[in-house]
Amino acid sequence: MRREDFFIRLCTGIWLVALAGCRSEAPHSTGSVNVQRGGAPPAGSDSLPADDGQWVRPAKDYASTRFSSLTEINTTTVRNLRVVSTFSTGYVRGHEAAPIVANGTMYIVSPFPNIVYALDLTKPGLPLKWQYNPKPEAAAQGVACCDVVNRGAVFDDGKIFFNTLDDHTVALDAATGKPVWDTKVGDIQIGETITMAPLVVKGKVLVGNSGGEMGVRGWLKALDENTGKVAWTAYATGPDQDVLIGSSFKPFYAKDRGTDLGKTSWPPDMWKIGGGTMWGWISYDPALDLIYYGTANPGPWNPEVRPGDNKWTSTQFARKPETGEAVWGYQMTPHDMHDYDGINEQLLIDLPINGQVRKALVRPDRNGYIYVMDRTTGELLSASPYGFINSSSGVDLKTGDLKVNPDKAPQVGKVIREICPAAPGMKDWQPTAYSPKTGLLYIPHQNLCMDEEGLSANYIAGTPYVGMNVKMYAGPGGNRGVFQAWNPVTGKEVWSIKEDLPVWSGTVVTAGDVAFYGTMDGWFKAVDARTGAILWQFKTGSGIIGQPVTYRGPDGHQYVAVLSGVGGWPGALVSVGLDSRDSSAALGFVNAMKDLPSKTVRGGMLYVFGL
Amino acid sequence: MHRTTRPLLYVVIAAGSIGLAMHLARHRAYAAAPLRVCADPNSLPFSNQARAGFENKIASLIGDELNRPVEYTWWAQRRGFVRHTLNAGDCDLVVGTAAGMEMLSTTRPYYKSTYVFVTRRDRALHIRSFDDSLLHRVKIGVQLIGDDFANTPPVHALANRGIVRNVVGFPVYGNYAEQNPEARIIDAVAKGTVDVAIVWGPLAGYFAQRSSVPLDVVPVSPRLDLPYLPFVFDIAMGVRRGDSAFRKQLDEIIVSRKATIDSILRAYGVPLVDTHQETAE
Repeated sequence: MRREDFFIRLCTGIWLVALAGCRSEAPHSTGSVNVQRGGAPPAGSDSLPADDGQWVRPAKDYASTRFSSLTEINTTTVRNLRVVSTFSTGYVRGHEAAPIVANGTMYIVSPFPNIVYALDLTKPGLPLKWQYNPKPEAAAQGVACCDVVNRGAVFDDGKIFFNTLDDHTVALDAATGKPVWDTKVGDIQIGETITMAPLVVKGKVLVGNSGGEMGVRGWLKALDENTGKVAWTAYATGPDQDVLIGSSFKPFYAKDRGTDLGKTSWPPDMWKIGGGTMWGWISYDPALDLIYYGTANPGPWNPEVRPGDNKWTSTQFARKPETGEAVWGYQMTPHDMHDYDGINEQLLIDLPINGQVRKALVRPDRNGYIYVMDRTTGELLSASPYGFINSSSGVDLKTGDLKVNPDKAPQVGKVIREICPAAPGMKDWQPTAYSPKTGLLYIPHQNLCMDEEGLSANYIAGTPYVGMNVKMYAGPGGNRGVFQAWNPVTGKEVWSIKEDLPVWSGTVVTAGDVAFYGTMDGWFKAVDARTGAILWQFKTGSGIIGQPVTYRGPDGHQYVAVLSGVGGWPGALVSVGLDSRDSSAALGFVNAMKDLPSKTVRGGMLYVFGL
Repeated sequence: MHRTTRPLLYVVIAAGSIGLAMHLARHRAYAAAPLRVCADPNSLPFSNQARAGFENKIASLIGDELNRPVEYTWWAQRRGFVRHTLNAGDCDLVVGTAAGMEMLSTTRPYYKSTYVFVTRRDRALHIRSFDDSLLHRVKIGVQLIGDDFANTPPVHALANRGIVRNVVGFPVYGNYAEQNPEARIIDAVAKGTVDVAIVWGPLAGYFAQRSSVPLDVVPVSPRLDLPYLPFVFDIAMGVRRGDSAFRKQLDEIIVSRKATIDSILRAYGVPLVDTHQETAE
């Protein structure tokens, strides 16, 4: 229990006593706690000054709280926020990345072609220090499923690490922008792309692939931080040997126990192209020395062809970072029928549950439930719906089973109406924040249902077929998006803001009790973390789907930064220029977003706000 | 998949060869705007960069009819193909697409084909129907689309009959680094990796013709699985929505040059389904 793990426990379990320790100077006052660094870094890599002012990885800390202990911008001062600088990325596709702040420099990655910019925070106007163009192959754009986004870079040990759409992981010298190494980890020719932000743990850069709908087999790879050499690969499907399941693997539930389930829970050989990619988030607990991530949905087989659980798709894994060895696994959505990937963020927070402080893993999943698990064992502590669900009727906490509603199973030739949540789930990639001060989660998400009917002729690679016509629309209440404060202990909503459009941005929450998020029509909003009252808002040039961050600049003052630039799966109508008359475009998302072109236009711009 | 347009004619015109001058005399209107075609550079028998596919031949036929030189914008025909090419305004005609597809405006269909069973002739399996009990015992290759919830009709037809454990999938995308990646499923039949493949007709017909091992290509039956799973599809040309004057021109050519189009399709081994025959059945 070191560093951030300690910090989180301190702030959740005994907040009142430790109040002072959880303010911005926590790292200094508690000595061994190093909040901004997160976990125990490898020897010699701790080159950052010990303060909480930076933002070295998209999730801020290894626990993925996206919580900043800075307080200069707070519920009283936030109304004075103003733009202090802007920077155009030069690109107009969806901007999902988090700006990264380390050593007085801000690093941003553009969507394809994945240009990295380094901005000097020590000078007025944030002048450009360097830029790096990885020159990805143009063909990668034709492979990516849902806009050519990138979710950001990560800083560690004087280097910037990021992924390109055409499957390269690149390490740059953070000071000069010169490449240190560049490893090709996947192949666009077989449908693989990479959109996720890597995470560096104990000298290893963790990277996963995208492309489940192209017949890709999902994996997570660990690359040596200094050489780029692949240390291990953990596949999501196939025999135990390939999934890195060995004697340490102890799933909590009987349904997840057995030999070679990644092979035997499929009809023969289907696992070889079975999906289970990893394009989302990874967390790390330095005390338990485990990494956590979830896998995507099964593909490209339609559900009735792949009877069985289709392991290990839509599964939460815990693994040892050094070897990749799996320690436990829990399949949230066995035999997925609705595109419920399991790649969402998992927050590692310690929570008092039934009078006991539990080392919890909190996962607001795409299937509509917020799973609270014991992160040492994978035991379910609760699984509460955080919006309207009818594709299932609950999770059995004794067996771990998802109670699937067979009436909502897709069938060719049959119209299935009102499947909730829709294919993007209750929440897609857009990450949640957690404040140890309020004890609440801040969840940006959508409220969408869908109809499915297999009636429209389609044609791909010279092959005609009957496409499943998916149409999405607002769920109960009529709002397509929600920004929600949630108590993970009681499993209940505390307050929520209904947003007309899906909330596809990330969020950040601070010790100043302010939470930030953006809307797809371009508003950047600051809300009171306790009440949900909107305290300040600013209209940016384009819709926001990026991840806001906050940091202390070299001048000692707090700033908030976010990329504006609509796009992504729901915004592809604008960023890609899809045809709004084709309601099944973007896998049916266009139907729910027909008004977006009248509300925003594309454009990629960094906004930095300060007092 | 580099996007390259090739105004070859203009280069040659600059060279001023006599042969070309004669050619131009016959096709005066070649000074007109080029016929800009969107096509996959690596997808025989449909099209390729060497213009050796039947869609390339049909594009040339249309170019001749309209007295316009043919130019290409090359892009792999995957998700995003129409968006990156036709709807980006880089080209004006997609030669092959499913009739009635929503994202573009389609002409009248110019051929109808069917999914087929492909087997080695020496195996003498004689599979003609999805209801053949052999299909429960042999290894079956199918084409996979990877669109959420949807797949090629044979995949659904087999699943409806409980045939899933002996099915091998070949994503239609294949490995694009290889030549004609869609053809791997036919190779698998020839090599004996699968006993039977259920493949879209034009692909099967063309590669079966060229296989070193004799292959049988037999249309599937029934032609429609109820409630709605067709194995026979109308193929049309596609233009941008709203481009109706151009679409009408194409409709006229499809009617007036039907015999030539049919002979091109036959030369490529495309199994053609007769509309009249279908209604009679």
